[in-house]
Amino acid sequence: MSSFADQLLVLVMLINFAVLGSSRIALAIRAVAAQGVVLGLLPWLIHPFSWHLLAIMVGIILAKGLLIPWLLTGAVRKAEIRRETEPFVGYVTTLIIGALLTAFAFVFAEKLPLAPAHQGLLFVPASVATVLTGFLVLTTRRKAITQVIGYLVLENGIFIFGLLLTEAMPVMVEAGALLDLLVGIFVMGIIINHISREFSSIDTSRLTTLKE
Amino acid sequence: MLYSLIMLPLAGALIAWLIPGDRLRPLLLPLFGVLHTALTVDALLLTPPPSPNDWIHLDALGKVVLLGISVLFLVCAVYAVGYLGYRRERSNRVLCAGLLICLSAMSLVCAAHHLGLLWVAIETTTVSMAPLIYFNRNARSIEATWKYMLICSVGIALALMGLFFLAYSTIVAGQEPTLLLEPLISSARKLSPDWLKAAFIFLLVGFGTKMGLAPLHTWKPDAYGEAPGLVGALLAGGLVNCAFIGIARIYQICTASGNAGFFLDTLLIMGLISMGFAAVFMVNQSDFKRMLAYSSVEHVGILAVALGLGKGALFGALFHVINNGLTKGVLFLSSGNIHRSYNSKNTSQVKGVLRRLPWSGGLFLAGFFAITGSPPFSPFLSEFSIVSSAFIQGRNVSGGLFLLFLAVIFIGMASTVLPLVSGEEPAETVRTPYRDRLLTVGPPLATMLLVLMLGLWLPEPLRRLLMDAAALLELRP
Repeated sequence: MSSFADQLLVLVMLINFAVLGSSRIALAIRAVAAQGVVLGLLPWLIHPFSWHLLAIMVGIILAKGLLIPWLLTGAVRKAEIRRETEPFVGYVTTLIIGALLTAFAFVFAEKLPLAPAHQGLLFVPASVATVLTGFLVLTTRRKAITQVIGYLVLENGIFIFGLLLTEAMPVMVEAGALLDLLVGIFVMGIIINHISREFSSIDTSRLTTLKE
Repeated sequence: MLYSLIMLPLAGALIAWLIPGDRLRPLLLPLFGVLHTALTVDALLLTPPPSPNDWIHLDALGKVVLLGISVLFLVCAVYAVGYLGYRRERSNRVLCAGLLICLSAMSLVCAAHHLGLLWVAIETTTVSMAPLIYFNRNARSIEATWKYMLICSVGIALALMGLFFLAYSTIVAGQEPTLLLEPLISSARKLSPDWLKAAFIFLLVGFGTKMGLAPLHTWKPDAYGEAPGLVGALLAGGLVNCAFIGIARIYQICTASGNAGFFLDTLLIMGLISMGFAAVFMVNQSDFKRMLAYSSVEHVGILAVALGLGKGALFGALFHVINNGLTKGVLFLSSGNIHRSYNSKNTSQVKGVLRRLPWSGGLFLAGFFAITGSPPFSPFLSEFSIVSSAFIQGRNVSGGLFLLFLAVIFIGMASTVLPLVSGEEPAETVRTPYRDRLLTVGPPLATMLLVLMLGLWLPEPLRRLLMDAAALLELRP
């Protein structure tokens, strides 16, 4: 079973590159949604079945696969924006940096003092690579919406690490975390709307009035 | 009873959302503020039993912060009635509901002993405050809200990573994975030291972002500058203290691990850097609300330094949590009044406040003296006990830097505040309809008197509570 989990994690890392390389925002949103669904399937592969697990899985797939993409698409449509034009760093460069970061994640995970049960699995490198990809998107893109996508990728990376510890995270807490994420994205969507109305663009590099 | 502290404000938020009239709705805030404070006092005196699984457990540390938050919220709630009277042009539905949701989440932060639950509650405070910063609905406030939301969300996400590392350190140590505080503290010595360190760093970065420790404070001047005064007061006196609890919890675990040096030094350095940043940016600050934000960076720095020093400084740290919260309340509420009256927060246009608004101006001036640690106000006592503990422990460099930064900040802040309050009113400024009234001056005045009282006389029950809380943070042999 764990080899299938590893294949899914490879898929997650490939989706990272899809996010990094896509200039069309609709595509990036779909990529993050697909990543969320893949992550929602993973707990089922590595833990024995329980109702707790099922509830988490259904919640994750609904939230990350359906609701969040729906909220983001709505924000994009209202702001009338399709492409991330002129990012701070070009697409080819970010793809190369992304590849380097992923390689680094594998080297780094080798050195970590992991529990014996988790050695040799892809969870930790995939988690580190995804977190770093999220940071890369957050720092290299201009548009508010792509920054939200970066935040989601970061959150997904953290979630992968959390898969190793489903026992420590009770369902209440998982549900609370997911709800907070949802409401957070909802609020961000509203802010994006207002940014586009106020500045007639959602280019965050125009948000520079407040400075020392 | 603990549940009612959390559920009651939520019910209030629901009622606030359902009430149709903008005139009636703000009255809910003082109503629920009084109820919350009454419940808090009750909880402080009776010590309600923890929940069976020990998720909800109000210990002395939680009590100290809860007391500070509850009193500050009550003050802000009364002020809100007066303030919103001047802001009839826009709906206050989101503001009132958001404030009450935030109060509920802050109470949960104080009482949570399950770190996952604590994280959820802190994240909820972040999200519920975002629409409130955007109350003024202009280009500047949207920019501030965006920065706040994105930076704090990423920070809190990193804190979640830290919590996962913490839970993982129990797995590597071959123990039952848990995020409950008590088992973590009692087994701290057995936890994997490397993962514990990683967890600490991530949690410090995560909650430090929320608390506004430099260099993670970049959202703070914007959000504090653009938010309405009462929201600024709750950010600086409420949310900061919630993040402080988050750091104090991981501190409890780390100091129990038997190898506390690394953790204490990191906190100490981080705190001194924050104070240094504040000192640099405080000088020549022309926006008096942004100046308050840097003052907040300074004071979270003081709290981090005190945690880093440990021992005798812990009492001062906890006392300072209350003092800083209350004094920030005075400063933000009175600065909100000044902003309302002049319709500007730039020192080039705001002058002669003592003539135009003797009460608000006087309170702002008194608040300035209090927050910079002048006697006889209570922040003097807490800062003094922290710095004297530094010298008693022989940490002369840290103590010296601490005093140096305090002095620079005093001068920097004075150069902004004194010209603002004194002098002649500029002739060309327009008169806005704002006048000092009981509802907008009374709450900060009462808070200022409280700060003065705590500086002159510390009631015995409060002193004992602070001692108990400091004992929780004490190094365990």
